[in-house]
Amino acid sequence: MDTNTNVIEVTDLRRVYGGGFEAVRGISFSVAPGEVFALLGTNGAGKTSTVELLEGLAPPTGGRIRVLGHDPYAERAVVRPRTGVMLQEGGFPSELTVAETARMWAGCVSGARPPLEALELVGLARRSDVRVKQLSGGERRRLDLALALLGRPEVLFLDEPTTGLDAEGRRDTWELVRALRDGGTTVLLTTHYLEEAEGLADRLAILHEGRIAVTGTPAEVTAGQPSRISFELPDGYFVGDLPPLGQLGVLSHEVDGRVVRLRTRELQRAATEVLVWASRAGVELRGLDVRSASLEEAFLGIAAQEFAQEVRA
Amino acid sequence: MSAVVDRVVVGRVKALARAELTLFGRSKGMIVTAVFVPLVLPLSVRTAVEDMDLEGTGLSVGMVLLPGAIGFSLLFAVYSALVGVFVGRREELVLKRLRTGELRDGEILAGTALPAVTTGLVQSLVLAAACTALLDVPAPKAPHLAVVGLLLGLAVCVLLAAVTAGLTRTVESAQVTALPLVMVAMVGSGITVPLELMPDRMASLCELLPLTPVITLIRGGWTGELSAYETIGPVLTALAWAAAGVFAVGRWFRWEPRR
Repeated sequence: MDTNTNVIEVTDLRRVYGGGFEAVRGISFSVAPGEVFALLGTNGAGKTSTVELLEGLAPPTGGRIRVLGHDPYAERAVVRPRTGVMLQEGGFPSELTVAETARMWAGCVSGARPPLEALELVGLARRSDVRVKQLSGGERRRLDLALALLGRPEVLFLDEPTTGLDAEGRRDTWELVRALRDGGTTVLLTTHYLEEAEGLADRLAILHEGRIAVTGTPAEVTAGQPSRISFELPDGYFVGDLPPLGQLGVLSHEVDGRVVRLRTRELQRAATEVLVWASRAGVELRGLDVRSASLEEAFLGIAAQEFAQEVRA
Repeated sequence: MSAVVDRVVVGRVKALARAELTLFGRSKGMIVTAVFVPLVLPLSVRTAVEDMDLEGTGLSVGMVLLPGAIGFSLLFAVYSALVGVFVGRREELVLKRLRTGELRDGEILAGTALPAVTTGLVQSLVLAAACTALLDVPAPKAPHLAVVGLLLGLAVCVLLAAVTAGLTRTVESAQVTALPLVMVAMVGSGITVPLELMPDRMASLCELLPLTPVITLIRGGWTGELSAYETIGPVLTALAWAAAGVFAVGRWFRWEPRR
């Protein structure tokens, strides 16, 4: 395959469920070879509905999907041996042991790794003889990941891979995903953890109500967002006592009791001016918080926009 | 090439069936319904059959009980058991998980059904041997018919179990949804009451039930009294049920729980 060709191509994808609910409303994106791409969104944003279509579990209502150059639903026989899937929720018989589950799955995968090797990758080898029903939620996620890796997939779909994991388990999974990416695996993952998307993804798309609200590298997405400065006004001072906010490069401000919040795209300049003003006035700015734009800002900004629209409507 | 593909498919189905067999061995409920019920039921209907007026039908008690016993095995070890298994695997999201892999839909159903089918097969052989030994049933005169009947019976039971599973929401309700076919078959398919003892019109209606042709063929295998012409009807009826089953499964089988 041409290395310039995208591993995943999604064009104007739509998914409408039987009841008429429109979960995916025309999204397009592509994922290059060896890239980690994250679909970020709140619950109900359409992440799982989208991933299931990419995995070829159902045909899309509209639009086009190509995974490794093929239609994952119609040409599943060609695509499946090259993909690995981790569903959002288990899917293992509760009475089988970890080893039995892995052995069963290995028997269903072409070119499978030895089951124990896959379990070792996720740190589950010492739990081999434990029944699935006795695993913790996090261990089940890791078993699911082990099975997704059994076939040494070129493309990995991970639907909320770290939900239910503790901080350590989450870090282990991130390291594993990075190692796989470095080995050339293309990864598409969904998450509602902002730090996960920020730390792991080469590129991401924020989904909201079935549409892509914003997409790009984490840096690009956050660059579009203003930074924030907040502090408590000293006693006897009012917002009007500050230097003219427009001259500080402040886009907007809000006052909440004594607390002032400024939004700016020129964080250094605005912060300097505020501090210089405080210094000249000889006052202390309590609760001073200067914070660069983050994915969280972008995410909350998108949710807030939608909320504002709903309020207006 | 195709031999390679076949070997791959067989390997996948075997891996799945092996896991399913392990699960079967770990479920007490399954072992009771699938192994003990079919072995015990023939004994309990024996007195009823002995009280029947079989004169004029040309049938002995053993000739009624033997196909009936195999019918019980098909109904409990294969059909009822599999309704529960299909629903259970669906509700645990196992079927959905399997569908993300290389297995094709038919392979998933086949691998999941294989332990139950094997149970039904082994049980039928054991029951046939037991009836032969204990009820003075002579050796089958046309064994090929019995084999055809048993194979058709297994296929129809697996397919109808998958169809029934599509209409069943929970593992608990599988006990209930499997009941109608079990009851109808027990009464109307010659498993407990030979069709020869029914009024003609009712008998010809009962001939169309899914398991009636199976029982007719198995009994014919032992009596050797079915002419080639007389086997056509039952074979076609059973094939029609199998075809209807394939269609219904393709259309209505559910691979994941309702949202």
